[in-house]
Amino acid sequence: MTATKVIAAIVGSGNIGTDLLYKLRRSELIEPRYLVGVDPASKGLADARAMGVEASHEGVDWLFARDELPQIVFEATSAYVHVRNAPRYKEAGMRAVDLTPAARGPFVVPPVNLIEHIDEPNVNMVTCGGQATIPIVHSVSRCVEVEYAEIVATVSSASAGPGTRQNIDEFTRTTSRAVEVLGGAKRGKAIIILNPAEPPMMMRDTIFCSLPSGADTGAIDKSIRQMVDDVATYVPGYHLRAEPQFDVMDDGTERVAVFVEVEGAGDFLPPYAGNLDIMTAAAAKVGDEIARRILATQQQGGS
Amino acid sequence: MGYSDELDVRVTDTSLRDGSHAKRHQFTTDDVIAIVGALDDAGVPVIEVTHGDGLGGSSYNYGFSKVDERQLMAAAVKTARRSRIAALMLPGLGTKEDIQACADIGVSVIRIATHCTEADVSEQHFRLARDIGLETVGFLMMAHTQPPEVLAAQARIMVDAGCECVYVVDSAGAMILEDASVRVAAVVAEVGSDAQVGFHGHENLSLSLANTIYGIRAGAVQVDGSTRRFGAGAGNTSTEAMAAVLERLGIRTGIDVLALIDAAEEVVRPVMDEEPTLDRLALIMGYAGVYSSFLKHAYRAAERYGVSGAEILLECGRQRLVGGQEDQIIQIAAELARTGALPA
Repeated sequence: MTATKVIAAIVGSGNIGTDLLYKLRRSELIEPRYLVGVDPASKGLADARAMGVEASHEGVDWLFARDELPQIVFEATSAYVHVRNAPRYKEAGMRAVDLTPAARGPFVVPPVNLIEHIDEPNVNMVTCGGQATIPIVHSVSRCVEVEYAEIVATVSSASAGPGTRQNIDEFTRTTSRAVEVLGGAKRGKAIIILNPAEPPMMMRDTIFCSLPSGADTGAIDKSIRQMVDDVATYVPGYHLRAEPQFDVMDDGTERVAVFVEVEGAGDFLPPYAGNLDIMTAAAAKVGDEIARRILATQQQGGS
Repeated sequence: MGYSDELDVRVTDTSLRDGSHAKRHQFTTDDVIAIVGALDDAGVPVIEVTHGDGLGGSSYNYGFSKVDERQLMAAAVKTARRSRIAALMLPGLGTKEDIQACADIGVSVIRIATHCTEADVSEQHFRLARDIGLETVGFLMMAHTQPPEVLAAQARIMVDAGCECVYVVDSAGAMILEDASVRVAAVVAEVGSDAQVGFHGHENLSLSLANTIYGIRAGAVQVDGSTRRFGAGAGNTSTEAMAAVLERLGIRTGIDVLALIDAAEEVVRPVMDEEPTLDRLALIMGYAGVYSSFLKHAYRAAERYGVSGAEILLECGRQRLVGGQEDQIIQIAAELARTGALPA
């Protein structure tokens, strides 16, 4: 007998965890069976139960006490909590997809390296700002050498939960490192801004990349647009807000500035929360690849 | 109740931080040594030295520093004999490592700034700063956008995390007299004896000094100025004019007014490229409630794209951009240039 779907758990019942639950329920390869939180009053847990998902506020100990353990666990708590949980998942043989900035495992941004680390016990989804901007940095660095890349992510206050707020340093640190490691910039910098305007503004991201002098701006422009299309295959609301802007700076160096906006799918939070959507959509995509791998291995086992 | 037994209010001069905007972040070590030396001689109690946008601000988005801010801060610490040196940091841009580096350099006051509805992003930074023995100040920026009770609640978050003085910050220079006093009074009522309250004004509606007096009368015991109004937008409250006015009002600042007037004329003015003026764009910032440091970026984008700087700033106000969103100025200007108009 071969299972048709891989059982998964989501740990963390806040905005990210609950939004991810909506997406995994649409997966053809994953069955999101468990949602784990710590707050009995969590709206996410209530929503999950209404959908028939087993939900508990008793933390990961409850998860480890289940008869049937998940093969994939999606961590949507905080960096600190994931650092504590990661060894337990590994010991239990669960594959971890980490949506916190803990960065215990290698970074994954789907259009850059979806399957590179597919057999690792733990992969990290960087940050929402990283998911929105690193593909663009990569699209420039695959054309020319990028000495320095800088990203500015602006999210609506309403979409930034306590995890993001208490971990804002981890956001900037993890994102800037991933801009280097995955984006391909020699030096990376990340800035995050919360904007409380009502009605909430959509997630906006600006990506600045330095260019060598005399770079083929036409080719870079084309590469950026191709990448925007690639991201839009799994985040339909991802789009350019303006044409890529090529400039010569005061010191004679050259730069491209790219302006994107991320409109969310409106699953758990309204469409302004594109930052949640791009994170959970990317995690769901990685989860599907892991599940595909697990199912293929089981079939090869031929039991 | 004053700042201390000796001072009724304590003045922080921010020429070397807010002035960094006006100088397009091109301060040299010599500039810092000269200004800190002169302000220290005049008895200015605190002098802030950082990139205009705070620690780590040197960037495409805000402008690259000519000289690394840590070198500038180190020069300030070395030069100051009596003055305390302060640094500004914004969570989301600067990090705890930057705060630690300040302490290592010898900076003694860290001023942690958030948009005035987002105080909870600063909690980890206040805790660290207190742990390593820095004096802490919190900045609630763009305070004109929120009613007094919201500011009071946000101030409480900072104070509970370890902030010793919460500033009501009129980043857009948009407050008019009682706008300042009711906000300061609400924060004073909330924090009581747990922390002090401060006020930071801008000159975009020509009211910064008057607003500062209103803030002091409502209970502010720390206030900011910039010598020669050296700062973003139409500039800050003039430190030397404030010192003169407060002396006339019998409010003790510990500043030697005549020495500071000389320093402003002979030391600070020569460092400035131009004096901040209440010109069209600066006035529009106060009128439309736009973050003052957008000014130079708007000028630059207007020139680059051949569009109206006033239109750019008005759109910034309409979109309710907050401090730090300088990147959007380029996008707005590019869109204006492309369409000749902006989408509704």
